[in-house]
Amino acid sequence: MTISLLDRRFAARPEHLGDIRRAVSEAARRAGCDDEETGDVVLAVDEACQNVIRHGYGDAEGDVIVQMEIADTSLIVRITDFAPPVDADILHPRPLYEMRPGGLGLHFIRSVMDDIAFLTPPEGAGNLLQMIKHVGARA
Amino acid sequence: MILDIDERDGWVVVATRGEVDLQHAPRLRKALTDSLLGGRGVIVDLSPVTFIDSSGIAALIEAYQMARTGGNAFILAAPSAPARRVLKLARLDTVFAIADSVTAATEGP
Repeated sequence: MTISLLDRRFAARPEHLGDIRRAVSEAARRAGCDDEETGDVVLAVDEACQNVIRHGYGDAEGDVIVQMEIADTSLIVRITDFAPPVDADILHPRPLYEMRPGGLGLHFIRSVMDDIAFLTPPEGAGNLLQMIKHVGARA
Repeated sequence: MILDIDERDGWVVVATRGEVDLQHAPRLRKALTDSLLGGRGVIVDLSPVTFIDSSGIAALIEAYQMARTGGNAFILAAPSAPARRVLKLARLDTVFAIADSVTAATEGP
């Protein structure tokens, strides 16, 4: 059974990252995540949204949709933006000393989440990043 | 994020309170680099940090590199659990000088 935890649209701006983190933290708690799991998911979403703001939209304005659901012990996060499509190759791991822009954030995401992938975005959207974390507790 | 900047035993102590993210990291970076320009050692008290991400870590790295270039000490004091977690993920927990407390940092190695 899949339970929806969050489905909200935010303006992709640095001053809204705090609101996004609080919404994600609350949703992760409702899914039964402990302190470390919640902190990890919040960090991953913050980094993903930060990359959308910095490298996706750049100087342009745009929104980001954050969706979370839990299916059994899989906490699934999907982040949709309307920025130009990014090269999916950025998700491949690379050594810390070969860091590209946004690379440290991606390293954090890879470290704390179990699976990350760009999915085909819905019509009209630019990118859809899916991140999955296997969590100990159930909703 | 609230920054409290104090002088203590010849050190500049920058207490960093709250959330250090893309919105706030530029202010932390400026406070640290301005403090280092004075030529004294800098201690960053990370005990009141409730959240820090890659942009906050980048500010710390920049200040660390500036301190090294200038021959100044740069010490992180008492990182909170969220700060320690992110330093470890970045594999910087063995790169930065990290003290158990601000007092321990002022007393030197």
